[in-house]
Amino acid sequence: MEDFILEAKNVSYAYEEGEGMALRDVSLAFRRGELTAVLGHNGSGKSTLAKLLNGLYVPTAGTVAVCGMDTALDEHTWEIRQAAGMVFQNPDNQLVASIVRDDVAFGLENIGVPSDEMPGRVEAALRDVGMLDFIDRAPHTLSGGQKQRIAIAGILAMRPKALILDEATAMLDPKGRQEVFSVVERLNREQGITVVWITHFMEEAARCRRVVVMDQGRCVMDGTPGEVFTQSEKLRAMRLDVPPMVALGDLLRARGLKISREAMDVETMAGEVLQCR
Amino acid sequence: MLKDITLGQYYPVKSFVHDLDPRIKIVLTIAFIVAVFLGGSLLGAIPITLFILLAARAANLPVKLLLKGIKPLRLILVFTFLLNLFFTAGDTVLLAVWKVRVTLEGLQTACRFSLRLVFLVTGASILTLTTQPVVLTDGMERLMRPLARIGFPAHELAMMMSIALRFIPTLLEEADKIMKAQMARGADFESGNLLQRAKAMVPLLVPLFVSAFRRAGDLAMAMEARCYHGGQGRTRLRVLKITRKDYIACAAVAALIAVTAVIG
Repeated sequence: MEDFILEAKNVSYAYEEGEGMALRDVSLAFRRGELTAVLGHNGSGKSTLAKLLNGLYVPTAGTVAVCGMDTALDEHTWEIRQAAGMVFQNPDNQLVASIVRDDVAFGLENIGVPSDEMPGRVEAALRDVGMLDFIDRAPHTLSGGQKQRIAIAGILAMRPKALILDEATAMLDPKGRQEVFSVVERLNREQGITVVWITHFMEEAARCRRVVVMDQGRCVMDGTPGEVFTQSEKLRAMRLDVPPMVALGDLLRARGLKISREAMDVETMAGEVLQCR
Repeated sequence: MLKDITLGQYYPVKSFVHDLDPRIKIVLTIAFIVAVFLGGSLLGAIPITLFILLAARAANLPVKLLLKGIKPLRLILVFTFLLNLFFTAGDTVLLAVWKVRVTLEGLQTACRFSLRLVFLVTGASILTLTTQPVVLTDGMERLMRPLARIGFPAHELAMMMSIALRFIPTLLEEADKIMKAQMARGADFESGNLLQRAKAMVPLLVPLFVSAFRRAGDLAMAMEARCYHGGQGRTRLRVLKITRKDYIACAAVAALIAVTAVIG
């Protein structure tokens, strides 16, 4: 119980009364320091889940708790949002100020951090995402990946327990995607921040330690990348792809080669292929 | 192309005026405007001109930059000058051609009003050239704070202003993109009369508005996720402090007001 940072119990959610459920009876818990990918096709409920995890939405049925605080209770709202920071999809639509420094400080200003403490926290957060050199720049002069890193810094400055990224790389080019994922992975490793990485890119999911698959508002799979991606038929039935190396492994096995099902990145696959000779 | 536009017209150098507290700068700009109106005679224009030159020097601004700020005003300036020149009643006729008479009084008023316009614009641009827009909105918010007690939305106004500043370049870029996309589909923004051209803007404005509303929704959600809940209990990154420099600047403007009031 103690070490669950985010916990959803039998959560259902409908955007409007009488409408179809966006989430149906989802129970999920994220442990301290976990790096979890949430996969799902459009309309699978993964974005709804994200917004439930920091109290932007309150569940229609069931409970969501952040560090043990119920999101349905008003008195915890700001503590919850500080503990579970959220990064959104569109890099342009979540930066508030016209200077990077002011934007990173925005959350700190909102939670009433004393003015003399702010510059240090802003700089530390920007250093953590590798954007300290851009502190006086205007957001519109930055690339998409850089803007997302600024958005992450803005959350990081508030010292959250968990970071929820709602398709934060969906609008980025491959380079920006790589940049943002690496930063998040490092924050998880070095600072022990719990990460919920919502995505539809399989390569990213393959690099997480846990993969949750959502379909039609339900959580249908939950396990290590190895456990989830080896069920390629089930994934394809949900209109999801498998990571490229898993697909390659399937093809090679069909041709009779002995390739381990655990080979999910290029290096491991290369090793496996070399062993087959 | 649109990525290079500068916001406001901030001129990033270090100077005495750049270092002044934004609140003081705003108040002093207003005081300067008062001085401009006090200086009624042509003689009164001399201390004001000197003051502007001094301020430009203290702000490390090239005078050329200030003159550039007047350029878009040239039509209004010429118009003001001619109007006053020909339509001021007076006795000392300098020139009379057919029914048009130019009097000494007319010439004086024309000069006075044109100079006044130039002074107002240069004074205001010294403020915007030496203050970053973010700092300026910060200063305004704090100046208006006493009014918040009687229900004036000081914080909200300042927040709206800073968000507008943040999104102007983003929306301009988007307008550019939509325009190109529509042109690629055969839209014509450049030919036809005024009405036709205005009509041609519809396929540009509709998507732009739709997207602006979507952005507003997204931004509101992101702001809430970052614990934004209005101005209450909010601390600020920038601490504004009145220093010796601010007192010196105040003294300079006070002196200007005194001199113009005496000269008249």
